[in-house]
This record gives sequence, C-alpha cells and structure tokens, in this order.
Amino acid sequence: MASLQLVPIFCGQQAGLVAPLGARLAALLGLEVVVHEATFDAEVAFDVDRGQYNTRVLLARLLQHADPKAPRLLGLTAVDLFIPVLTFVFGEAELGGRAAIVSTFRLENELYGLPPDPALCFERLVKESVHELGHLFGLVHCQRSSCVMASSNYVEGIDLKAASYCDRCLGQVRRQLGGR
Amino acid sequence: MSQSTVSILVVDDEFSVRDSLTSWFKKDGYEVLAVESAAAALRALEARKYAVGVFDIKMPGIDGIELQERVHHLDPQMPVIMLTAFASVETAVRALKQGAFDYVTKPIDPDELSHLVRRALEQQRLRDENRQLRSTIDELTGADEAIVGDSPAMQRLQQLIRSVAKTEATVLIRGESGTGKELVARAIHAQSARRYFPLIPVNCGSLPEDLLESELFGHEKGAFTGARQRRKGRLEMADGGTLFLDEVGTIPRKMQVDLLRVLETHEFTRVGASRPSRSDFRVVCATNDDLRRAVAEGRFREDFLYRIDVFPIEVPPLRDRREDIPLLVRHFVDQFAMRMQKPVTEIAPEVMVMLQALDWPGNVRELSNTIERAMVVCRPPVLRGEDLALLRHAGGVAPAEPPRDSLAAVERRHVAAMLERTGWNITRAAELLEVDRVTVYNKIKKYGLAQK
Repeated sequence: MASLQLVPIFCGQQAGLVAPLGARLAALLGLEVVVHEATFDAEVAFDVDRGQYNTRVLLARLLQHADPKAPRLLGLTAVDLFIPVLTFVFGEAELGGRAAIVSTFRLENELYGLPPDPALCFERLVKESVHELGHLFGLVHCQRSSCVMASSNYVEGIDLKAASYCDRCLGQVRRQLGGR
Repeated sequence: MSQSTVSILVVDDEFSVRDSLTSWFKKDGYEVLAVESAAAALRALEARKYAVGVFDIKMPGIDGIELQERVHHLDPQMPVIMLTAFASVETAVRALKQGAFDYVTKPIDPDELSHLVRRALEQQRLRDENRQLRSTIDELTGADEAIVGDSPAMQRLQQLIRSVAKTEATVLIRGESGTGKELVARAIHAQSARRYFPLIPVNCGSLPEDLLESELFGHEKGAFTGARQRRKGRLEMADGGTLFLDEVGTIPRKMQVDLLRVLETHEFTRVGASRPSRSDFRVVCATNDDLRRAVAEGRFREDFLYRIDVFPIEVPPLRDRREDIPLLVRHFVDQFAMRMQKPVTEIAPEVMVMLQALDWPGNVRELSNTIERAMVVCRPPVLRGEDLALLRHAGGVAPAEPPRDSLAAVERRHVAAMLERTGWNITRAAELLEVDRVTVYNKIKKYGLAQK
C-alpha cells in the first residue's frame, strides 16, 4: 500500500487533529498514513518582518530531514504560512513532488471574528490536505467548483467544495497510485 | 478546463519571487518561464510569444518600466502586470500610461493575483476575437477594394497594373465615369513599394481654383483671410506614397503650369511661404475626359499632358465586358447582404439575363447602385427579377449626360462638385451655390446625381 508520512510542525493546540486527519486521509485516499515527528527547527522559516512562516523554506526542510524512503510527506501546522510574493497561503505543495504542507491558522472561524467551530475547521483541514496531496499527484487546479482541486483563495471558497476529487482528477490520482 | 497552452513570463531579480510565482501559476495550470533580468526576458520574447507578462518594476539594469515599454513595441497585444514592493502613485501612473495592464504591490493577495491574470487573459482573448472578426469583415466588405472580373479585358488590365506598380512611372488612368478608375489607382499603390506610405487622393474637379492651390500645396499661418493655422497640403501628405489626381482634366490651366513644375522637381511652395518644400511622391492621374481633344481645344496644356501621360491605362466600360456582369452581381449581392444584414443567398436566373442586356452608361458604379436598391426591396433569400424591374422604372438607369460644354453640363458638374465637397450636406451645398435647398434637390433629380 502506498504511504504518506504526516509530519506535525508547531501544531500547538491543534495537535489533537493529527491522528483524526491521518485516519480520514487513509480512508479517503486508501493510503497508509504514518505520523512522524519533525526533526528540524522550523523557526528557521520564520520571517520577522511578516510574522509568518515561509512555506518554501519549510518544504525544503521537510524534504531534507524526511525518511528518504517515504514517498509523500504532508506537514501539518497551526502557524500562519506565506510564499514570498503572496500575503498568505492555506497550504503549499510541489507540483508532482514529494512534500506538501497545510496550516489550520486561516481555517479557524475565530480569525474572521466568528464563533469557534472545530468541526468546520477540521473539514476545511481535510479538504486543504486532500487538495495539496492532489498537487503531489500532479493535479493542477480544477475548473469544477465542487472538486476538491478547485482553487480556493478565501476560506468560504473551501466550504463550497467537496472533500473528494471529481472523476477526472480521481482518474489521475489513481494512475499515480498504481492503476487502482 | 486545462490552461496548459497559456504561458506566463515572470521577470524578477529575486529568486524567492520567481520561485513562488512559478509554483503558484503552475498549479493554476499555466506554463511558466521565470527569468531574473530584462535582458533574459527580451531574449525569451524573441524566441516565442507569451500570453501574459508579470514584471517586477525595480530591477538592476533595465527596470520593469523600461522592459514593459520595449515589450510593448515587440508585442503590443501582450498584457503586462507590474509588481512593486513600494506603492507609488507616480510609478503606477507611469506604468499604466505606457500600456501596462495593471499594477500591484507585493505581497499580493492570492485572490487578487488570480483575478488579475484571468482578467488579462480575458482581455487578450476578446482583443484576439475582435481582431479576427474585423479581418473577416474586412475580407468580406473590403472586397470593396477588389477589382472584380476575369474577362480578357480585365485580365489585361490586371497585367498592366502588376507591371506598372513596381515602377515609379506616372500613370494616367482613362475610362468612363463609374468604371473604377480609383480602384485601379489603389491597386497600383497597393502593389507598389510605396504601399506602407499613404495614397493621397485629390478630387481636382470638386475644388475651386483658389482652394485647389492651398489644398495641394498647403498654406502658412496668415497666408490669407481665414488661414489661422499652418496647414499641410496634399503633396506634403503624400510624402513617401502616391498622389492620386482624380479628374485631372478639370485642373485649371494656370494650376497646370505650377503642377508641371512640381511634378518635375518634387519641390513646391506652400501658399504664403517664402521657401520651397520637397516631397517624394509618385503620381497617378485619372480622367474621363478626352485630354487630346482638350489640348486641341486649348483647355489643357500639351506639356502637362505629356508629363502625366507616361503610362496610360484604359479601364474598359462595362458594356465591353458583359461577361463579367454575373461575377460583379454576385460580388455586390454578397457585399450588400453583409452590410445590410440581409441573408440574400440566391440570385434568380432572370436577374442575370436582365442585367446583362443593359448598356450601363454609368458602368460598374451604376450596376452597384442598382443592386443596392434591389437589395433594399428584395425578400431574402432570393434576389428576383421583380426587385430590379421596379427599380429600373424608378430611375435605376442613369440619365444620359448632357454634352460636356453646354450650360447644363457645367451646371451639372458644379452642383455635383459642391455636393461632394460638402459630403452631400444639402443645406451647406445650397449655401455655397447661393440657392435654396429645394433648388438643390431639383438639380439632383434633373441630372440624376447620386452620392458616390
């Protein structure tokens, strides 16, 4: 069975989401999910001026310190992420690569002045994780608004789509996972 | 929908920006090339086209604004989004003035970036579509410019045009009214090495002598009452191109002397100027007059005739090439169907029989007018004989012109000239002729005048 290594990085109060996320991804994608603690200092990715963490640096560290045999890595964090030219990102992945990362920071209702909704936050996290993993499988953004690979640049956009791939995207994922 | 065919050129001297934008755009399905300098971008653009450019403004060497300016010359259709770390109204205005599509400050909101790129692509798509539609319309209606006919007479004419177009020889196009002399002049210009410069037509018959002088030579400010600004003349406007003197037989004798000198030296003096100017133009003239008879009658200078009659081209009257009538009819029906948005696709056989039986004293122009009027009354999709029959009774065939030197002929020419000059503004023409509007209408009816 193909496997996925789930790597918690600065998860703080969201550490409790690691196991349920692993279970959900295993069920949705048919992957063996293994949790593996980070062995690097993620503070190196912190940008003092922006008060955010640079995902390009985090992904590089993730790859550098990961088990070389792990085919795919998904970092999970509660800190705010950015890529240098954009104000923020929910997550990031190397297209067709090995490493991806997702953050719960901008998925929580509290950030938008709304009452906490942990279940909704978890659903958003699952969708963003499946989305970033889709990029690892070589998928680009899908034009079908209900497909999990639809591009979401704001949190409400995540709520509009499903946690699953459309038939076309699923076909490509299956081919990547060995023709199942 | 895959966007794999859409390519984006990213230019930024910072690796992290190139790296993140490449990753971001690739996930949106775009093909991306990210380079570190304007020089590398220009090299890339020499090799192929990109749908959108994303350029950083502040770069060592050639900056983003200058790069945008150069790219605008290479590929004016390419939308460019400018990026900068520091918002400044001056820079934004400068970039937009030079044709940048938009301007954003780093770091960019992800939603804004996606929208910007989509909008730029949409604008480009619409522009391409618009260009394509325009060229289709030009192809169909611009058939205006085509010389239609494959009769032996027309084949000879086309051969003459091809031969003379490549030379610098002065051409005299002779033919009856309505045979398409101007089309021949345009074809000569279009096939000549001067085609990228203008073809400047001068309708010599429509201008009174004093106006013709200033029209041809231009005038200085204050040269005469009303000359409030310096004005370029047609000779100057034709620099590099072709000067088309239509109705050359109507040029007054005094003006012929001045023009003869200009045609020989290409030097002329603006009205009110003290020093001569030069202009490099080729001359094509047209006339429906018998200029040799005009010379014999003293109306036209012999030396001027020899100067313009270097390469004569005869445009045959329509009655001498009746076999071209079906082709011409098809051509005009298609043209007016497009212009009138009337889906006329068939022409009844009796139409061709009727039209080929006529003598067409007004030649192709008269045939075109007849078809235009028939198209107004016809019921699509067929143009029938009945559509023409009514029109012929209503005056579809032009009334015969009076003898050229009769008072009526002079009046006809003068009324027609005033109407052409005012763009068929009846009120203005009436003012110039110092008659009332009803009289102008009566003259139009009497002489069967029609707007060209």
